[in-house]
Amino acid sequence: MTQSSACCGGKGGDVTVDLAKVDGIIDKYGRDRAGILGMFQDIQREYRYLPKDAVAHVCRTLGVPLAKGYEVATFFKALSLKPRGKYTIQVCLGTACHLKGGPNVIEQFERELSVKTGDTTADKKFTLESVNCLGACALAPLVRVDEKDFGKTTPGTVKKVVKAF
Amino acid sequence: MQATAEQIHKIAQEHLQKQRAYEKVLHVCFGPGCLASGSKPAHEKLSAAVEREGLSRKVLLKKVGCMGLCGRGPLVVVGDDEVFYQGIGKRSVDDDVEMLVEYLKTGALAEKLLMDGPEKGKKYTHMSEVPFYSCQKKMVMEDVGRIDPDSIDEYLAAGGYTALRKALSMKPDDIIESVKKAGLRGKGGGGFLAATKWRSCRDAHGSPKYIMANGDEGDPGAFMDRALMEGNPHLVLEGMIIGAFAIAGGQGFIYVRDEYPLAVQRLVAATAEARRLGFLGEDICGSGFDFDIRIVRGGGAFVCGESTALMSSIEGKGGEPRAKYVHTVEHGLWNLPSNLNNVETWATVPHIINKGHEWFASIGTAGSKGTKAFSLVGKVQNTGIIEVPMGMTLKEIIFDLGGGIPKGRKFKAVQTGGPSGGCIPADHLDKPVDFDSLYDLGSMMGSGGMIVMDERDCMVDVARYFLKFLVEESCGKCVPCREGVRRMYEIVDRIASGQGRSGDLEHLEELGKAIQLGSLCGLGQSAPNPLLSTLRYFREEYEAHITKKKCPAGVCKPLIKFTVNEKCNGCMVCARECPTECISGEKQKPHVIEQDKCVRCGNCFEACRFDAVTIE
Repeated sequence: MTQSSACCGGKGGDVTVDLAKVDGIIDKYGRDRAGILGMFQDIQREYRYLPKDAVAHVCRTLGVPLAKGYEVATFFKALSLKPRGKYTIQVCLGTACHLKGGPNVIEQFERELSVKTGDTTADKKFTLESVNCLGACALAPLVRVDEKDFGKTTPGTVKKVVKAF
Repeated sequence: MQATAEQIHKIAQEHLQKQRAYEKVLHVCFGPGCLASGSKPAHEKLSAAVEREGLSRKVLLKKVGCMGLCGRGPLVVVGDDEVFYQGIGKRSVDDDVEMLVEYLKTGALAEKLLMDGPEKGKKYTHMSEVPFYSCQKKMVMEDVGRIDPDSIDEYLAAGGYTALRKALSMKPDDIIESVKKAGLRGKGGGGFLAATKWRSCRDAHGSPKYIMANGDEGDPGAFMDRALMEGNPHLVLEGMIIGAFAIAGGQGFIYVRDEYPLAVQRLVAATAEARRLGFLGEDICGSGFDFDIRIVRGGGAFVCGESTALMSSIEGKGGEPRAKYVHTVEHGLWNLPSNLNNVETWATVPHIINKGHEWFASIGTAGSKGTKAFSLVGKVQNTGIIEVPMGMTLKEIIFDLGGGIPKGRKFKAVQTGGPSGGCIPADHLDKPVDFDSLYDLGSMMGSGGMIVMDERDCMVDVARYFLKFLVEESCGKCVPCREGVRRMYEIVDRIASGQGRSGDLEHLEELGKAIQLGSLCGLGQSAPNPLLSTLRYFREEYEAHITKKKCPAGVCKPLIKFTVNEKCNGCMVCARECPTECISGEKQKPHVIEQDKCVRCGNCFEACRFDAVTIE
């Protein structure tokens, strides 16, 4: 088991990955390739995104070609190779949320935070994302900030949501 | 531990006795909707108040799964006669908790928290009086909202795992035969006969055989599977174990959407509990049958709801589907025989085993048996989760259960089947809801999302919405879906922006047919449905966008303009609601909207109580 740490340095503000921690995650899934998506998700929970060094380390350990690792890392929307903000704002754009004004809510977030959907604010505080249904359609339009849900939102409630963090 | 039948019976009886020792059981909904509207703080305060008032020996507080009427949450239901309280804490949590405690102490109903009936001053007291509930027929959702999903004892006390014990005493062939006679069809979308699939998988060569549950509820606007997995996880497990026994399966997987962390947590806990009592693992219930289940998290990809993509994802690869001329029942996960059913389908199985296939087949229509859970959302009074017998009409669902359209607006369409389904207009409201009728209408059952739209919804915008969704979610493996859906989106987007041209609609129809014929997987083949169904029923709306450059519903932003008319009395509500502060005017004098700054969000229109904002 590798105990050293690696840092890719350079641009993007990549974090230093604690490889021992990554090894712990790989072990949790029995070092089985089938668990690669779960491993990536657990690593992402640790760093709030999926650092490239971690992808490389997982692939090396499992004996999976790097390209196959990136196939998974880039295929799933839940994984992000870009560092994310301290809080992730998810604006639901499921059908019910769309009909009840979700697009207006996300546009207001874009104006309020001066970011485009998918990007992170300059102060690295918020990442703004759209999601395709959070499964609480009766409270459309729904906004989730990390674990906290805000139901029946309007462009008018955007300021309040941002202020709460 | 391998618990014997007697031990299990004892656990159930003791649990029931423990509950009967309380005068009242108070169910607090911890479903996704109620949690989002604040049931957790309400529960905490209620719990503290019960303690403080010395009621903790008399009253049992129970956290339960989704009770269904999410739009009115947080919900609390009390006692065997199910007194129904709604909107707890909507005004003030402390006041509402105080009222509830008063009710618990004296029995005097907390009138303010009861749901309003149709006539003024008349309120519903019991759950059974509320049409939203009385019109339903619950099967898989029966105990969701009644039992604590974190406790296997609760499930056992409700008769849980008795079907499994019964099934283990039957011959596997007889179980399949029973499911066949029941007429159970897959509830995840396609409606394929479950027993046919089971039979093929049982007969296929190869070992181990994999048994899978699809909990990757990707259709936007659908959350029944979430309510089921979070509200009664053991029912899904029990159904799967019975299926595994019938098919001779060796390993099980439940694939759950990444967006449902609570469902993952509950299912993982439930499998551990089931293992502890010997319902999973080796020698299940002393029958000699070995089977276990692992919970796998998805990664937020819609396409992984498709069977082959789901299996590819479980294998640790990207979730791309493959052609299905080789069936997954023969060569599925890791190339071995695999049987995948939706979680709701699995959850139906214990009911068929326990109550018999005759009972099951007596519910529903000739071609579609049993019940179906739907999430009823959008522009409808009562939003939430329902379960109704197959064959109930759309009208009954939307108007009797759903209470009709809010704000006195007119019904326009109902969307079923998610991005694979279509929009059904008012002319077909009397059609029964079953697999075949919906298909004939150009839509489909899908997993069970039912999104109601009113006259303020533009069908071109709805089609554009689904196409955008599909462009983003197409896995990109086959050309018709990857390129074709993108082209359709571009054309519809152009139409919605007022740049439509003559010939666009014909072109769209041609593209749609090509994509239906040429795509690799079911999702690609059905991708044109939302567009084609709106084009079939609402063609004049498309034409208005193209020829008159108008959006009749007042939705498509480039084609509309908000203005203030002479009815404005200067109440300033619209100015306060405007996110870009583009409404000016003094108090009690007509306001003006600055068109350059207006982002056409429609907030002023929704906020105005005097019809003083006009959409042009």
